Amino acid sequence: MLSIKNLCVRVDGSDILKDFTLEIGSGEVHAIMGPNGAGKSTLAKALSGHPDYEVVSGEVILDGQDLLALDAAERAQLGLFMSFQYPVEIPGVNNASFLRMAYNAKRKAAGQAEVDPMEFEFILQEKLELLKIDESFLERAVNHGFSGGEKKRNEILQMAILDPKLAILDETDSGLDIDSLRIVAEAVNALRDVQNSFLLITHYQRLLNYIKPDFVHVMVDGRIVQTGTAELALVLEEKGYDGF
Amino acid sequence: MSQQIEALTSQPYKYGFTTDIESEDFQKGLSEDVVRMISAKKNEPEFMLEFRLKAYRHWLKMTEPTWAHVSYPKIDYQAIQYYAEPKQKEKLGSMDEVDPELKRTFEKLGIPLTEQKKLANVAVDAIFDSVSVATTYQKKLLEAGVVFCPLSEAVKNYPDLVKQYMGSVVPYTDNFFAALNSAVFTEGSFVYVPKGITCPMELSTYFRINTEGSGQFERTLIICEEQASVSYLEGCTAPMFDTNQLHAAVVELVTLDDAQIKYSTVQNWYAGNPETGKGGIYNFVTKRGKCIGKNSKISWTQIETGSAITWKYPSCVLIGDGSIGEFYSVALTNHRQQADTGTKMIHIGKNTKSTIVSKGIAAGKSVNTYRGLVQVNRSAVGAENFTQCDSMLIGQESVANTFPTIDVRTPLANVGHEATTVKISADQLFYFAQRGIGMEEALQTIINGFCADVFKELPTEFAVEATQLLSLKLENSVG
Repeated sequence: MLSIKNLCVRVDGSDILKDFTLEIGSGEVHAIMGPNGAGKSTLAKALSGHPDYEVVSGEVILDGQDLLALDAAERAQLGLFMSFQYPVEIPGVNNASFLRMAYNAKRKAAGQAEVDPMEFEFILQEKLELLKIDESFLERAVNHGFSGGEKKRNEILQMAILDPKLAILDETDSGLDIDSLRIVAEAVNALRDVQNSFLLITHYQRLLNYIKPDFVHVMVDGRIVQTGTAELALVLEEKGYDGF
Repeated sequence: MSQQIEALTSQPYKYGFTTDIESEDFQKGLSEDVVRMISAKKNEPEFMLEFRLKAYRHWLKMTEPTWAHVSYPKIDYQAIQYYAEPKQKEKLGSMDEVDPELKRTFEKLGIPLTEQKKLANVAVDAIFDSVSVATTYQKKLLEAGVVFCPLSEAVKNYPDLVKQYMGSVVPYTDNFFAALNSAVFTEGSFVYVPKGITCPMELSTYFRINTEGSGQFERTLIICEEQASVSYLEGCTAPMFDTNQLHAAVVELVTLDDAQIKYSTVQNWYAGNPETGKGGIYNFVTKRGKCIGKNSKISWTQIETGSAITWKYPSCVLIGDGSIGEFYSVALTNHRQQADTGTKMIHIGKNTKSTIVSKGIAAGKSVNTYRGLVQVNRSAVGAENFTQCDSMLIGQESVANTFPTIDVRTPLANVGHEATTVKISADQLFYFAQRGIGMEEALQTIINGFCADVFKELPTEFAVEATQLLSLKLENSVG
C-alpha cells in the first residue's frame, strides 16, 4: 500500500533521512520509535509534502501513485493524512466548515459531488458519537484556544471524517494526560479496519499499550535499524535507545 | 512557501480598460474661471456658484495636509483636468438613449443600466467622469416619495434642500481636499427620504473615471428625515494609467429623529503598477455623517481594496441624544499601495453609542494604517464606545500601523479599545494543504474569517461580491 524506497531528505541544508526504506501493507499498524533527532517528524513532514522538506532522492508510492510528484494538497486528497504534533490554530475559521471543506476537497478530487452542510451534518454526528466528542467542538474556530488534549482530539476527528488510506500520527501522545491518551487511542482503534493503515510516530511505549502495532521499527540517525513486533517496544522501554 | 504566497497575491487589475468615447473636456488647470465654467456647464443657480467661489478662495489659502502616514510626490493641481464629460445626447428619461458604448462599459463592470435582471431591487446612478449617465428606478422611487438623482439635477430641482444641507456636515473650510471638492465638484448622488418613509430598495452609485489626467470630484448628499431610513452603496473603478489621478470626494449624511442611514462602499480604484507603484488613484475623501436627531443612526461599512493612496475617515457626529454611529471597515492593501484610513466618532448628545470594527490586511510591500478618534464631549453623559482594531500581515515586507486616539471629557462614559495583529503563517497554509485544501481556498477562507464581522454588515446583494473582490485582489488563478 505504501512503499518508501531509499528516501533521502534534507532540511535547512542538512541530511536528515538517509536511504530510509519501509513497506506498509493494507490494514497494518506500524510504529516508529527512536530518540530525539532521529528524523521521525521529518519522515512525517516529507511524506505529507511540506515544502521546507527537500527530497533529494528516493521513491514513495502510495496505492500505485508516485507520491513525490504531488503537492501536499493532492497527497491529502489521495488519502494521506497526518495528525500534527503541534496542530495549527486558525482563528476566524469555523471548525465545522473547515471539516466540510476538507471533506469536499477530497470528494472533488475523486470526481464525486460535494456535500452540502445539511448532508454533512449527518456525517459529522456519526463521527462525533463514535469518538465521543462534544458538539461544541464544531462551533469553535479551528484549534483556536483549544487545550493540548482538545487539539489532538480534533486531529482525530478530522482523521475520522476524511477516512484516509494512510494516517500518520506524529507524536500524538506527546502532551496528553493519561485520560486523553486513552480517548485518542480508543478512537484510533475504532477507525482501524482492513483498508486503513497507520504509521504511529512516538518516543514512548505507553501509546502502544493502547494501540497494538503489527510492527515496531527503531529509527536512529535517519534510517530504520531494527524491526520487530509489539514486544520490541517493551524491550526499548526497558533498555532505551543506547544500544543502537 | 512565501514565494507561493507572493504569486498568489499578484492578481492583475481587471477593470483597467479605457472606453473609447469622445469626451468634452476642459483644459487642464484650476482658476476662478474654471470654477465659473463648471458652474455654467451645469446651469447652476447663483447660490451654488457662490458656494464654489467661496470654497475656491478659501482653498487658495490652505496647504495640503502632511500628517497622514503616506508618501507621494507633490501633486500639481494645475496639471489636473477638472471637467470631462462623455459626449452624448442630453440626458432624458429613457434608458434607451444612453450611449450604447457607455452602457457596455458599465455592463463590463457588472453594473447593468437596465431596470431588470441581476440587481432587480437596486437602483443605480452611474457616474462617468464628471457626469451622471443614467439613474435607474427614479420613477418608482419617487412614487414612494424618495428622491434619488444626480446632484446636478438636485441643485436645480430641489435647491432649498441642497442649500440647507450641503456643507452643513462638511463645510468647505473643513480641510484642504474638502475645500477643493467644494470648488470644483462635478457630480454625485443626491438622496432625500422624507419623514416616515423607508426606502423600498437599495440605492447605489457607481463611479467610473475614464479620461486620463482628469480628476473626479464627486459630492454625495443623503438626507433622512424623521423615522426615515435608507441603505446606500457606492462602487468605483478606473482604467490603468501611468499618471496618478486625483479623486477628492465629499460625502455628507444627515439623519433627523429616529432616522437611519446605512452607507456602504466597495472601493476598487486602480491601485497603480504592482511593481513600480506608478499610476493609480489618489483617493482623498472626506465622509461624514451628522446624527442630528435623537435616536438616529448612521452606519458606515467600507471595503477598501483599490487606490494607490487612500486617505479616508468616514465619521459620525453624534448630536442627538441616544444616537448611534457605526464604522465597519476592511482595508486591503497589496503591492505598493498605501492606506491611511479609519474613523472619527464625536459624542455630543447624551447616551450616544458608537462601534468601530476595523480590519486591515497588508500584503506585498504595502503600508496599511488605521487612524481613529473617539471623542466624548463633556455633554455626552452616558456615552459608550467599543473599538475593535485588527491587522493581518501577509508576506515579509508589508506594514500595518494603528494610531487610535481616545479623548474622553466626561467621567460618565464607557470606552473600550481592543487591538490584535495576526500573520498568515506558512504553517497555517500547510495545515490546510495537508487536509487537501489548496492555497487559494485556504487564503480566501482565512481572510473571510478575519473579515466576517464586517462582511455581515454589507447589504446581502453585495456581500458575495465583496468576498470575491477581496480574494481576487489576493489570489492568482493558478493555471
